[in-house]
Amino acid sequence: MAISRMIGATVRRKEDPRLITGASSYVDDIRRVDLLYLEFVRSPYAHARIGTIDFSRAADLEGVIDVITHDDIKDAVAPIPAGSLDDDTLKADRHPLAHGKVRLVGEAVAAVIADDRYIARDAAQLVDVEYEPLKAAVDVEKAMEADAPMVWEEHGTNIAYRYHVGSEDIDDALQKADRVFSYRYVNQRLIPNPMETRGVVVDPQPDGGFTMWTSTQIPHIVKNRIAEGLSIPENQVRIIAPEVGGGFGCKLNVYAEEYATAFAALRLGRPVKWIEDRTESFIATTHGRGQVNYIEVGVQADGQIVALKTKIIADLGAYHQLFTPAIPTLSATMMVGPYAIPSAYTEIFGVFTNKTPTDAYRGAGRPEATYFLERAMDQVANDMGIDPVEFRRRNFIRPEQFPYETPTETTYDSGDYEPALDRALELIDYQGFLKEQGTSRAEGRYLGVGFSSWVEICGFGPSKDMGMAMWESGTVRVEQSGKVTVLTGASPHGQGQETTFAQLVADDLGVPFDDIVVLHGDTALINYGVGTFGSRAAVVGGTALRMSTDKIKEKAKLIASHMLEASPDDLVYENGAVSVRGAPTRSVPFDDIAAEAHEFQVVPGDSGIEPGLEATSLFNPANWTFPFGTHAVTVEVDSETGEIELLKYVAVDDCGRVLSPMLVDGQRHGGIAQGIGQALFEGAVYDDSGQLLSGSLMDYTVPVASQLLSFVLDRTETPSPENLLGVKGIGEAGTIAATPAVVNAVVNALTPFGITDIEMPMTPQRVWKAIRAADDGGRL
Amino acid sequence: MKVSISLNVNGVQKIADVEPRMLLVHLLRDQFGLTGTHIGCDTSQCGACTVMIDGRTAKSCTVLAVQAEGSDIATIEGLAKDGELDRVQEEFWNEHGLQCGFCTPGMIMAVKELLDRNPNPSEQEIRHGVDGNICRCTGYHNIVKAVQAAAGAGI
Repeated sequence: MAISRMIGATVRRKEDPRLITGASSYVDDIRRVDLLYLEFVRSPYAHARIGTIDFSRAADLEGVIDVITHDDIKDAVAPIPAGSLDDDTLKADRHPLAHGKVRLVGEAVAAVIADDRYIARDAAQLVDVEYEPLKAAVDVEKAMEADAPMVWEEHGTNIAYRYHVGSEDIDDALQKADRVFSYRYVNQRLIPNPMETRGVVVDPQPDGGFTMWTSTQIPHIVKNRIAEGLSIPENQVRIIAPEVGGGFGCKLNVYAEEYATAFAALRLGRPVKWIEDRTESFIATTHGRGQVNYIEVGVQADGQIVALKTKIIADLGAYHQLFTPAIPTLSATMMVGPYAIPSAYTEIFGVFTNKTPTDAYRGAGRPEATYFLERAMDQVANDMGIDPVEFRRRNFIRPEQFPYETPTETTYDSGDYEPALDRALELIDYQGFLKEQGTSRAEGRYLGVGFSSWVEICGFGPSKDMGMAMWESGTVRVEQSGKVTVLTGASPHGQGQETTFAQLVADDLGVPFDDIVVLHGDTALINYGVGTFGSRAAVVGGTALRMSTDKIKEKAKLIASHMLEASPDDLVYENGAVSVRGAPTRSVPFDDIAAEAHEFQVVPGDSGIEPGLEATSLFNPANWTFPFGTHAVTVEVDSETGEIELLKYVAVDDCGRVLSPMLVDGQRHGGIAQGIGQALFEGAVYDDSGQLLSGSLMDYTVPVASQLLSFVLDRTETPSPENLLGVKGIGEAGTIAATPAVVNAVVNALTPFGITDIEMPMTPQRVWKAIRAADDGGRL
Repeated sequence: MKVSISLNVNGVQKIADVEPRMLLVHLLRDQFGLTGTHIGCDTSQCGACTVMIDGRTAKSCTVLAVQAEGSDIATIEGLAKDGELDRVQEEFWNEHGLQCGFCTPGMIMAVKELLDRNPNPSEQEIRHGVDGNICRCTGYHNIVKAVQAAAGAGI
């Protein structure tokens, strides 16, 4: 038996052979006999009353099977249950096909089903919908005004909710501070753009139920919601998340298209496929971010921050998707970041606009908080004449303060922030760079360095605190031969749990990595599950598996006690074998125990032991985990063109114990790229009527390889005391840290011009304008 | 009205009846069942649909099937020979050059052409060489490493 040391080892992924050969199956690769294709007719207006829908021309087209509107679906499918903070959150019920009004460009009004995808598209264009266009609420701050167009007329306001958390005496605390600084930051809307768009295939079953393949992060939640919405018992609904081509939070939802496609398949009694095209993905799949932040920082003369007050204005879009109202509350939760700020308070205004709903996008609320805090850290430091690094260091929560209770009702599990900062300074060569910056400026070159110290909330989470099931399941099934099948409810979408969880189980049981197969993403195969989001898979799903391998080891000892004729209390499980304590030669290997567990030839019938060797555990954490780190970046800005060149990018992150270092680093790379994307390239741009102008990959700049650079990574390791593995989560670190680090670096480079802020994305045009405006005394 | 076309796909001669407007990518995926070539956008930006036509990369969502008449098409499915992975596939695996895998087949085809033209590219040449292929997962860091490894340049 191989003795493995797989936790912490660099291993090639189990997922990859099928992915690099084209053998994997994403939703659009699912083929069924008699498959029909569905195409949605979507609103071209951001806000309009729907008049008559004439689909006679579409229905007459050869190959068209059916056309469905709200009238057809309304009795069979309930409105989609919306996310809500509390009973006071204003309702925004969404129907799978629009009812009465459309509230955003791209809202589905009708569905056309045909026996060919080209015909379905032709037919969708032949559906004549009469619209009475209305004025749209587009700008989030203007939407708060009393005379703004009302997204939901019945409410008489676009403010869906107000929420506050933190120190009630914040105004006193600010008043007592030596100095108070106020800033406004805009965290622009982003469009997630996983490379695989969404897609659904529904195959009706003779019992009245159906199987649905859907590109989702949360098959089990989809199962419960869709079954409820269509009034079909959930044990007749099977949801399969096959290969999922990225999600980044936008597939952490239950969508109108899933309900409508299921309805169409059941109505027609035939399998139906809908595949979102990229244009649809830009308007029909949830967006991220979209906040305006007002921040006041109270600081003592010695550089100690004593008070932090923020107002968060959150652009919710037109409907509440699964977590739409909740995402901004995560910004509030994490508003003090890694700093010991005794008084902190935030008020959130959740505001409806005639735009695509916002919801989770990699980091979900934490990047926004980290952005306003880390930008303010730099601005305050500059305004007070303190080195920004020293200013951060002075305010860090100290190691002995953990577990640390924040003024925003959150308890950080563990942390040691200075070592990560120190390592980042070393890797970026801070002192050396400052010298170079000085000499370069004399030559008319503008170099800048920026930092971002971050902490985030991961491992979602305690179910009670989250207001919904947030545990995770892990089953370990030992086959008769001793091979091990692992089932996880944390259905992945590119993260590589088949590998990470095999590493974990290999070490726990002392079995070869190659003997382990990890299955996921099928609700008929995996009884319990929640999904992969919020950097929770290793934390919650991994811990569930550790609980199961502990149970397997206990049962293996019971079985082995009969094989070795020894008391279970005298047995130890080590290196894939059970042996008598102090007599290692009296030992029985794992494979033999596995065989006996299935054959039961030695264990007596009256032993009370059940045949089989399988354990299932559900882990419901008591607290979140709080990974952290510091990123540092250097840039050069061309003052003639406004172009920004990234010179060096350093990330020192601490995600607790590391299960799979290569995969952890991969997560960081991707996150950093998306974080840089927000700082420099990406943003949803709307016109005044609510049309998305950046609605294709030609207009919305998802970074390409030549716009990025290779990253310099290092880690510190501070285990979490909150779970058996000591892990904290790493999926979102990069997007959280990178954005403010890059903006800080660019602003730092432009300090000689007196520039203190540039709105994101910092396109060459914006940078050039800022320089010109500063250059000519603001006349441009 | 359908048009009969004949083309060679991964070394196998194929005949198909297609509508003149059918895209090559749909012919490959829906009629030939070669679903390793993916569709990631509708504007030829993302490169997930990249295949080789007569030895040159092309975005198969921008080519009509009828334009491929008489051509030799190579897709990701034809890259491994006799169960042996192509060097580029192998290095994407070794270097963790993929996560969700959706862009990977197109990316690998683009890298094949890049290395055919320039067997020893610099990091900047690699980055420009794959600019027509978007990856949202890896930040390109490990894709660059995989290409360097495949080029035998190490890192």
